Amino acid sequence: MATYQLNVNGQRREVNVDPSTPLLWVLREDLKMTGTKFGCGISACGACTIHVGGIATRSCIVPISHIGDRPIVTIEGIAQDSVGQAVQNAWVERDVVQCGYCQSGQIMSAVALLQSTTKPTDQNIEESMGGNLCRCGTYPRIREAIKTAAMQLAKGGE
Amino acid sequence: MISAIKSVELPEVNRRGFLRISFAAGTGLLVSLYLRPRSMLAQETPMPQAPPKVYPPDAFVNIRPDGKIVIQVNRLEFGQGVHTGLPLVLADEMDADWANVIAELAPAADVYKDPLFGIQMVGGSGSIAHSFKQYRELGAKTRAMLVAAAADRWQTTPDKCRTEASVVHGPSGQSATYAELASEAARKPAPANVTLKTPAEFRLVGKRIKRLDSPAKCNGSLKFGLDLDLPGMKVAVVAHPPVFGARVKSVDDAEARAIEGVTNVFEIPLAKGTGVAVVADKFWPAKQARSSLKIEWDLSGVEAADTTELWTRYRQLGRTPGTVAATRGDERAIERVAAKDRILVEYQFPFLAHSPMEPLNTTVRFFGDRAEVWAGSQFQTVDQMAVAEVLGLKPEQVTFHTEMAGGGFGRRAVADSHVQREAAAIAKRLRGTPVKLVWTREDDVQGGYYRPMHFHRVEIGVGPDGLPVAWRHVIVGQSITAGTVFESFVVKNGVDSTAVEGAADTHYNVPNFHVSVHHPKINVPVLWWRSVGHTHTAFVMETLVDELAARARMDPIEYRRQLLKPDAKKPLRTLDLLDKETASWRNKLPRGHALGISCHECFDTGVACAVDVSIENNRPKIHRATIAVDCGLAVNPLSVESQFQAGLSFGLTQLMAKGAITLKDGRVEQRNFDGYVPPYIIDAPVAVDVHIVPSTEAPTGCGEPPVPVISPAVVNALARLTGKRYRTLPLTSL
Repeated sequence: MATYQLNVNGQRREVNVDPSTPLLWVLREDLKMTGTKFGCGISACGACTIHVGGIATRSCIVPISHIGDRPIVTIEGIAQDSVGQAVQNAWVERDVVQCGYCQSGQIMSAVALLQSTTKPTDQNIEESMGGNLCRCGTYPRIREAIKTAAMQLAKGGE
Repeated sequence: MISAIKSVELPEVNRRGFLRISFAAGTGLLVSLYLRPRSMLAQETPMPQAPPKVYPPDAFVNIRPDGKIVIQVNRLEFGQGVHTGLPLVLADEMDADWANVIAELAPAADVYKDPLFGIQMVGGSGSIAHSFKQYRELGAKTRAMLVAAAADRWQTTPDKCRTEASVVHGPSGQSATYAELASEAARKPAPANVTLKTPAEFRLVGKRIKRLDSPAKCNGSLKFGLDLDLPGMKVAVVAHPPVFGARVKSVDDAEARAIEGVTNVFEIPLAKGTGVAVVADKFWPAKQARSSLKIEWDLSGVEAADTTELWTRYRQLGRTPGTVAATRGDERAIERVAAKDRILVEYQFPFLAHSPMEPLNTTVRFFGDRAEVWAGSQFQTVDQMAVAEVLGLKPEQVTFHTEMAGGGFGRRAVADSHVQREAAAIAKRLRGTPVKLVWTREDDVQGGYYRPMHFHRVEIGVGPDGLPVAWRHVIVGQSITAGTVFESFVVKNGVDSTAVEGAADTHYNVPNFHVSVHHPKINVPVLWWRSVGHTHTAFVMETLVDELAARARMDPIEYRRQLLKPDAKKPLRTLDLLDKETASWRNKLPRGHALGISCHECFDTGVACAVDVSIENNRPKIHRATIAVDCGLAVNPLSVESQFQAGLSFGLTQLMAKGAITLKDGRVEQRNFDGYVPPYIIDAPVAVDVHIVPSTEAPTGCGEPPVPVISPAVVNALARLTGKRYRTLPLTSL
């Protein structure tokens, strides 16, 4: 066991866990933030996607000991960001979700895309969202919602 | 799934069961109030974050003093949209203010059983189809009681009152909210008969209504079963045998027990064989401990299934006649057709895992004389009985909470309740402690309960007009229901209808038509996989009909119209609509693109599909899909559209290069989403436009019907591009 100081959604949190524990399980079980989901444990499905130091990261394979002082943003905190808010609004507006289990990860990947690419092409979307699995298959609406969010952000920025 | 049960006469006990439900619902239990203070309710409900529920759960509608109307949903929500769909049906007849409706998933109880199937379940695409009338009547009866209370208050008659948005308006300008009237209304007798709205009077039904669960699923606040957190809760994982049904011979758990946080390691019985449970304070130590167990397995007496050997056996079986599933005309007519006019083809379909995004899980707390269960279950009352059996309790001593589930596709509807039995067996040893059993993705991919592998062999004789005159079809595949409580409903004269549905009952008109089936017994557990038999039968039928159309040099839509029986109303309507909606693009595709068509009816819903496909990186790229659907009255057209747009991707699972579960020496060769790879965004259609046949007929299902049409449509397009026909899945190369 070791003690780690984390910056999660702008707040300082302290946890005492085994250094090998993936960040996903620290968030879910120690910090009780269950919006980030467990899907595969091998970074193959993207359900656990969060932002670490501003980069979309699969939290299921990153040990807590590798985080250091990089800020962590999860689905619970993404609305603090204007892009995050736009993406969440677009998701509701386009009625994207079905079972919804993968959508935290989808939204986190979409936010990372739109933070770096203001007007994503279909190819940009396929690349950035390419590792996020949705068994319900909501992909066509995910694509629409990303474009909706991009348009809304462009309007807001004018 | 379980489409077959629908056509079967329900035994008398179930009919009476339904009457009992109606009776119970009609004796003043419809409208109830939370009369006790919230603090008392909070003590009764163990989940601090969950809204309080009524126990015993005898109410469908609660009108709260704050004006919120809480509607119980008698089924699991796992993506299909019933958590919005059924409340909107009830709210419409009740004239409830939709903005103040809250939907809750009902716990296990008799009143929430499916009116047709007699168990509480999601299956057979029946959520709306079976409960549409039930929820309309509940809404209309509730409204009638509220109006009666208002009429009494104003000394007038109900017919002089009208309702809108949770308010009753009287003849002289009086008005009262439903919340104000609720306690008086609850004392009114529920009317035996109510007049339901005409379609023109609907305020919500037929409109595009957004999902109620959407915001909570977009901000991370919605709790799924796996997110459950109870005070003092432990987490368990189980080491399952490497071959189905094997038993633990010996286990060295010294290293596992040494891991900090691990509290218990013990052997438990499984549905087949035995396993080793590891219990810890949290998931990570439990998983690490499981990895460090040294288990010797007893493999004696268990068959080691092997995919390669199974195909050899299936092929041999398929070349012999099976048990007759359908026959008309002359079975041997094919033999009189000239060789040049005959087609002989064979198809192979592998085992498929459902792999819902939320790994399987169940939480159980055993108190000795009662128990509590939390599970995202498609079979609440079945799983409740199984837990009761393991714990030596009566079902009514087991409180069963329905948790939101992250997908399921049939995987959470298991006749032997094996996950709940595992969880109960563990909880039994930890009396008083809530235990959450988690199946990891590896458990899921390797854990069986797959769509069974199937072999089809079809001989077709073609007539001078290009239409088939003789069709002889042999199907080989395990029976899903053999040995389960469903066998007597589904297996008739040795034929499991879930293996032949979509072929034996085809709407295509072939004068000499014969389908037979073999059901080998294999040591691999199998299960219904969204759209069940139609996953493989529709592929066979729709690729063959397409091939026949090409052979006759006819338009694939027109050929199907000619071949369909005149009474195949839904497929014919969808073909007409598809024809119209694709007229602008289907014959003007860019170079390197091709059109693929399919049409199939299942679960009483007709679907026609057109796709625009090219080949990119040696894989099919689906630029567009157009869907025409006849599902009767579309209760929520937005939901119908969503189910089809997304459900196509689920269907594409079987075209993925790594879309197969295979076994070698009894061991599953895939472990996770690296070996068994479902469709990602790049594999899905870029855009899907859905067109609904206008209808006022009874609503039919939309959960499963999207799945069967897409794969045949795509390979029909590929055939135009490559000249090849694709009969072996998965599609490892083009």
